[in-house]
Amino acid sequence: MAVTPAINDAPSQDDLSRCVHCGFCLQECPTYLQLGIETDSPRGRIHLLRAITDGNVEATPALTSHLDLCLQCRACETACPSGVPFGRIMESGRAMILQQGAAPRSWRLRAWLLRQTLPYPKRLRLLFNLLRLYQRSGLQRLLRASRLLRMLPGGLSEAEEKLPHLPSTSYEMKSDGLPPSASAKKVALLTGCVMPHLYPRTHEATVRVLARQGVEVVDVAEQRCCGALSVHAGDRTTGRALARRNIDAFLQAGIDAVVVNSAGCGATLTEYGELLEQDDAYADKARRFSELVTDVNEFVIDVGGQAPQVALDIRVTYQDSCHLVHGQKVRNSPRQLLASIPGLELVEMETPDRCCGSAGIYSLAQQEMSMNVLDDKMRDVAATEAPVIATANPGCMMQLEAGLRRHGLKGRVAHVIELLDEAYQAEEDTN
Amino acid sequence: MSSSGLPGVAVVQCHPDMSAAKPDTRSLDKGTIRLLERAVGKNAVLWRPEEVLAFEYDGTIERAMPQAVAFPDSAEQVAAVVGIALDAGLPVVPRGAGTGLSGGAVAALGGVVVALTRMKRILEIDAEDQLAVVEPGVVNLDLSKAAAPHGLYFAPDPSSQRACTLGGNVAENAGGPHCLAYGVTTNHVIGLEVVTPAGDIVEFGGRTSDTPGYDLRGLFVGSEGTLGIATKITLRLLRRPEATRTLLAIFDSVDQASAAVSAIIGGGIVPSALEMIDHHVISAVVQAMDVGYPADAGAVLLIEVDGLLDAVAEQALEMRDVCLAEGAREVRQADEAAEREKLWAGRKGAISALGRLAPNYYVLDGVVPRTKLPAVLRDIYRLGEEYGFPIANVFHAGDGNLHPNVLFDERKPGETQRVLEVGAAIMRLCVDAGGTITGEHGVGLEKRGYMDWIFSEEDIAAMAKVKAAFGSTDLYNPCKMFPTGKGCGEVSQAKIEHVMKQAGPDAYI
Ligand SMILES: Cc1cc2nc3c(=O)[nH]c(=O)nc-3n(C[C@H](O)[C@H](O)[C@H](O)COP(=O)(O)OP(=O)(O)OC[C@H]3O[C@@H](n4cnc5c(N)ncnc54)[C@H](O)[C@@H]3O)c2cc1C
Ligand code: SF4
Ligand code: SF4
Repeated sequence: MAVTPAINDAPSQDDLSRCVHCGFCLQECPTYLQLGIETDSPRGRIHLLRAITDGNVEATPALTSHLDLCLQCRACETACPSGVPFGRIMESGRAMILQQGAAPRSWRLRAWLLRQTLPYPKRLRLLFNLLRLYQRSGLQRLLRASRLLRMLPGGLSEAEEKLPHLPSTSYEMKSDGLPPSASAKKVALLTGCVMPHLYPRTHEATVRVLARQGVEVVDVAEQRCCGALSVHAGDRTTGRALARRNIDAFLQAGIDAVVVNSAGCGATLTEYGELLEQDDAYADKARRFSELVTDVNEFVIDVGGQAPQVALDIRVTYQDSCHLVHGQKVRNSPRQLLASIPGLELVEMETPDRCCGSAGIYSLAQQEMSMNVLDDKMRDVAATEAPVIATANPGCMMQLEAGLRRHGLKGRVAHVIELLDEAYQAEEDTN
Repeated sequence: MSSSGLPGVAVVQCHPDMSAAKPDTRSLDKGTIRLLERAVGKNAVLWRPEEVLAFEYDGTIERAMPQAVAFPDSAEQVAAVVGIALDAGLPVVPRGAGTGLSGGAVAALGGVVVALTRMKRILEIDAEDQLAVVEPGVVNLDLSKAAAPHGLYFAPDPSSQRACTLGGNVAENAGGPHCLAYGVTTNHVIGLEVVTPAGDIVEFGGRTSDTPGYDLRGLFVGSEGTLGIATKITLRLLRRPEATRTLLAIFDSVDQASAAVSAIIGGGIVPSALEMIDHHVISAVVQAMDVGYPADAGAVLLIEVDGLLDAVAEQALEMRDVCLAEGAREVRQADEAAEREKLWAGRKGAISALGRLAPNYYVLDGVVPRTKLPAVLRDIYRLGEEYGFPIANVFHAGDGNLHPNVLFDERKPGETQRVLEVGAAIMRLCVDAGGTITGEHGVGLEKRGYMDWIFSEEDIAAMAKVKAAFGSTDLYNPCKMFPTGKGCGEVSQAKIEHVMKQAGPDAYI
């Protein structure tokens, strides 16, 4: 990828000084709830980042371990009456530490791994083909039975357990097959880096649901990974490179909206404007692009969201994806869509807007905390007795599926749009 | 304007001077760290300067670094930690959620912070006797949530109730909007288990309202962590009222709203809550959340009445009439729980929302006789203008408990000092009006310099004797509440680099 001049990243003084130390965010923070330690709370993390930014402390391993433990779920942002933009502070804080060269090896390794894979569709395809081979050749069964996996270091065996059973084919970008019409809205779907391999079914359902609304879905082949994982890991440079590429690709396509069915990607795309604020050549374009971005739940509601006519008699509980509810402040649309499905009973769990512990690659890097957070979540899920967990982000889907397996619960996880699609399909079947 | 213009006002020296570094001479030796780790577990002690840094603050602008933080899990562990610290000659500072607004949990002279956040079990809810037994780290709102299925709740509702701990409430004798009708924390605490500074685990009070002998329970509540550490608390729970009505009365001016407050209370009905929110605060709340406050109002009153359905409806009507008679331009009423919660969310988030208006605020907590409210408020706004700071007021109007918030930016040189000056001037106003220096936030580190405005030397000496009788020394939550204390005169911000240097490179092994 083209290397562009680096921008010095650091949390801004204005952002940092917004925190008035009131503590209102403490009880919304999953890691503080687990540990009860201020260093692992939003307020504490802001204070520590402030001290590093001001040059008062060094980013020692002890200190960065507390930053590492942050899920970047941004529940603290929703809770904060003072409007502290925590996501931005943590992302630029991690970037600052990486740029200072003070970051632990694990941070640099993580950023490197992400940089070497996510931007490259071919490498990803190869990787997933290998994984698929591993799962299908019987090797996985053999290794699991032999318990050899347990001997893997660094939580790799848990990571292996979390990997969902990969579908036989990956998603191929396609248009919705409708004849182009001058009056129809033209949109593009962000396909993302790993989602075509992990959840092609969600993309397929999304395209069908969009078509059902009379929307034209066009293919933007030049798009790449949104960069969210790199940005979260503090590698904003890679994030910016990907952002520029996506901005060019989508703006050239002359579309009315970029529809996103992955909340994590959506949050990052809507923040491209901010990411490229200091890039004179892209700042304006980035802002324009961010305005085109819309979460699929919001989009379907906005275009009138046709209610399905045939009942799906299921009990569903909805897990807010953090980057939808806290990152993009979208709370109602997914619930409205679910409620529009006749026969579907939506049972709210306790704190549906608390993180499930997935948090992108966090679930691999911070196994123990991720599992503790997941265990609390699964208890709340189980109490609803709903056999279907709906959510709005592939990472959450994967984590919750692992949660079902781990807790021996019967049931399934589906993207909200998949359930809507099922209802539409059922309607077509009866017609 | 300097403080000398105001008779009796001296800026209190114990306030941290934001720029000066006070060398901390007692870095923690490894032996003490090991002892602490043995007492509570390796994962329950923090001592690296760049970690304990997150414990240098509470909800105020005070800062001071402790040398270690321990997270005990039981009364025995608390006793062990206290013993180790005192034996090593280190100050002991109890800490709940760190939302305190008087610097109570700030380790003014360094030492060991005893953080009670891991002791957060609700041990018992006795629905029949309407009481709960909890550990001190239980969050205020969590108790009410747990009691809700029984139709019960815990009445004291500080605005910080989503975050603050019951231990902190006991220590500060916290109040809240609904304390107008139901009383403050002390009216709801019936028993305590306390680890004394001498390391004994003792019980005060019991499970009934009256216990024979000295009321040590009453003495402990509000003692601001200077007499011991509460490790178990028995609390009274109240039954949810049959009906509740919340009114939002909108006025063009603070004066009109103050007059309405007097008229309501004078009229003989005591609402369960009566809160005033001025235009500065309204503008912060409007930016922070969508709760339907009118952006252009001069002040609003949030009034709540509860009780039996019929009586409540009638009282709500009366309140409404009084407000309209005093010039309210509109009175809105919320009957449904969701609507009421929305109105309250604005009030409860109000102070934190001030972060939208300025990087820092300095919350004051004075009490004045209700009749003096309009005059004192006018003087407060005037002082703000003189010093050049906006002062935002949101407070428990029903009991004359003011919360002027001075808005400022600590990054501007000299601002903090001048804020402290205007704070002192406001406190003086309250005292001169026949009021006092704290309604609910406590004296702590911030207001101890004002103690001798309201207490004689003999009064303070009597309090010191009580402290001593509990076995409490200068090392026990030092520089809190008492106007003097060894070493407290020079307390100032301990610079982190210095402490890091003290700890030395090998401290990281
Ligand atoms: C935005 C905001 C709004 C607020 N609104 C109100 C309000 O409406 N009413 C009100 O009264 N207060 C209010 N407060 C102040 C504060 O929340 C209360 O004083 C609360 O009781 C402090 O609890 P905490 O757990 O945070 O205690 P901390 O701040 O951690 O400690 C406070 C004091 O209690 C001591 N302490 C803590 N735990 C124990 C224990 N177990 N045993 C002995 N001592 C202990 C500490 O040493 C310290 O002196 C507000 C604060 C904020 C930030
Ligand atoms: S709620 Fe906001 S202002 Fe308050 S401590 Fe948390 S981040 Fe800071
Ligand atoms: S982003 Fe989530 S985990 Fe991180 S501090 Fe905020 S609430 Fe806690």
